[in-house]
Amino acid sequence: MDLYEYQARDLFEKHGVPVLGGVVAEDPAAAKAAAQQLGTPVVVVKAQVKTGGRGKAGGVKIAKSPEEAEAKAAEILGMDIKGHTVHQVMIAAGADIAEEFYFSLLLDRANRTYLAMCSVEGGVEIEQLAVERPEALARVAVDPTVGIDEAKAAEIVEAARFDAETGAKVAPVLQKLWDVYREEDATLVEVNPLVKTGEGEIIALDGKVTLDENAGFRHEDHAALVDSRTEDPLEAKAKEFDLNYVKLDGEVGIIGNGAGLVMSTLDVVAYAGEEHGVKPANFLDIGGGASAEVMANGLDVILGDEQVSAVFVNVFGGITACDAVANGIVGALQKLGDQATKPLVVRLDGNKVEEGRKILADFAHPLVTQADTMDGGAAKVAAAAAGK
Amino acid sequence: MSIFLDENSKVIVQGMTGSEGMKHSQRMLDSGTAVVGGVNPRKAGQSVSFEGGHEVPVFGSVAEAMEATGANVSVVFVPPAFAKSAAIEAIDAEIPLLVVITEGIPVRDSAEFFTYARSKGTTRVIGPNCPGLISPGKSNAGITPANITGPGKLGLVSKSGTLTYQMMYELADIGFTTAIGIGGDPVIGTTHIDALEAFENDPDTVGVVMIGEIGGDAEERAAAYIKDNMSKPVVGYVAGFTAPEGKTMGHAGAIVSGSAGTAQAKKEALEAAGVKVGKTPTETAELMREIVKGLA
Repeated sequence: MDLYEYQARDLFEKHGVPVLGGVVAEDPAAAKAAAQQLGTPVVVVKAQVKTGGRGKAGGVKIAKSPEEAEAKAAEILGMDIKGHTVHQVMIAAGADIAEEFYFSLLLDRANRTYLAMCSVEGGVEIEQLAVERPEALARVAVDPTVGIDEAKAAEIVEAARFDAETGAKVAPVLQKLWDVYREEDATLVEVNPLVKTGEGEIIALDGKVTLDENAGFRHEDHAALVDSRTEDPLEAKAKEFDLNYVKLDGEVGIIGNGAGLVMSTLDVVAYAGEEHGVKPANFLDIGGGASAEVMANGLDVILGDEQVSAVFVNVFGGITACDAVANGIVGALQKLGDQATKPLVVRLDGNKVEEGRKILADFAHPLVTQADTMDGGAAKVAAAAAGK
Repeated sequence: MSIFLDENSKVIVQGMTGSEGMKHSQRMLDSGTAVVGGVNPRKAGQSVSFEGGHEVPVFGSVAEAMEATGANVSVVFVPPAFAKSAAIEAIDAEIPLLVVITEGIPVRDSAEFFTYARSKGTTRVIGPNCPGLISPGKSNAGITPANITGPGKLGLVSKSGTLTYQMMYELADIGFTTAIGIGGDPVIGTTHIDALEAFENDPDTVGVVMIGEIGGDAEERAAAYIKDNMSKPVVGYVAGFTAPEGKTMGHAGAIVSGSAGTAQAKKEALEAAGVKVGKTPTETAELMREIVKGLA
């Protein structure tokens, strides 16, 4: 889960990372009050969206009075930045920036360790810097069982070629950012820019944090960081059913078991759909269990997508038994009754396939067609979705 | 032969007495696997009766189970919150092969126990979030259905469980030395490259099917490895061409970030290394079948 800047700022503050005052506001009046509360001569009004390039899009503005903050907030709230609507702004205390640096800590999947990246050239597009001048971006491996201790922090600032005085101030901040990374179960902590002020203080001015959703069981407070306003309504509904669903832009609803097989089903349907001008509408993995209830919930979500014109159920029974899946489909169609109006192509294979296919054949529902193979099923459902 | 797991493998199950552990211990026993013990400190000294007349003793620790039974493989079914300590216990006991089936382990925990295993150097970790591995007719450590296909001459390495099953089914006529599901998490113990290397060195494996998916760059690195080190034919399949950027597709590690981790990039890297890549699982199986025919 990606966090908003203000949420990252709050986590930084919680772990002792130096940050400036910042207050989130959802309307112009609150923005004015926030500027008054901060009390600095200059504040920055920053759009809170989970995408880059806010500044260029006009989502970051300087205000020299609470009234001006109110006016700027009114301009920014409701803006669309790369498809993200701005629902909140952060009113941040102004800073006297002398120098800008870059720091990030992330998972290095290839080496199965963590990687710290640091540069004395911050505030820029770091991907661009990495390509154009890789020597300016220090990369230092961090052992997950040791983390950024004093020695590692010193190694990072040296590799990034900080001058001795600045490096000595930056190093302890890196240790605090490690605390954020480990103790909050983050998979990314990025500070860009990390700044040095005119007075020589080091401050994390803008932060990006991604949290590991699998670690939710030990962070009850993380649930509150989810912004339901930006969730797709169908994805939110699927989440309530505890289903693994991702909304896409297409006509063929997909239900399958196992993440890899469902991804593969999407691809196979996309190929088959090229001929008919249709695409997969979603990813939905029903996992190991395929009871009537799970199947009904899955169909409920998918049929709630108005764009969907046909559905492909593709199951390879490994542990899952095909007769249970078939009973699930029968139960779901009985439960949905007249609400089920869209054609369903079902491909069953593997564990108890004969029993499963027989159940569906005996049920003989007018909307259900069976397919013997995955590729054959994809061709049938693509044609059905195109109304053929 | 086979890789990592054979007829001499003696398997213990951490979390055997839980519902998943019970179900899959029975399945492993049914497929002829030597399941020699379970681990649960609260039930140490007891034993569990399985269908087929199997009586499996429960031990208080992995070390005790190894001491008493000579076990050399442990399969972990414990819930995510306890998986790290279970893995560390097995690594401390120097179990040669540790198969972590559990899905949903925080990546920090996996990174920590894998780093620990690497520093000790005595345990190979497979998973987490994987179906485990099967050497058909010899042993089955995990949740792979044993009835899809029998022993044969292909190797299979995959990030996905159900795609492993699908591919075993597609190539049931040829059969497998070993099929290994390495898992869909961002941090996994055994990689595509580790499995490819082992298959290259296994005299009974004539070719390898490699299944990848979006996220990370494991497939690209495997492609480079194949180009430089593999004499045996490899056929590839990659899932997730239609996955949108920034969305996790079921597996925690299956995510396209910016322009990194796309299926297209993986396919191109594999093809550049001389690996034939199928458009669908069926087409991939057909490519392998043709190659095997050519070898005969």
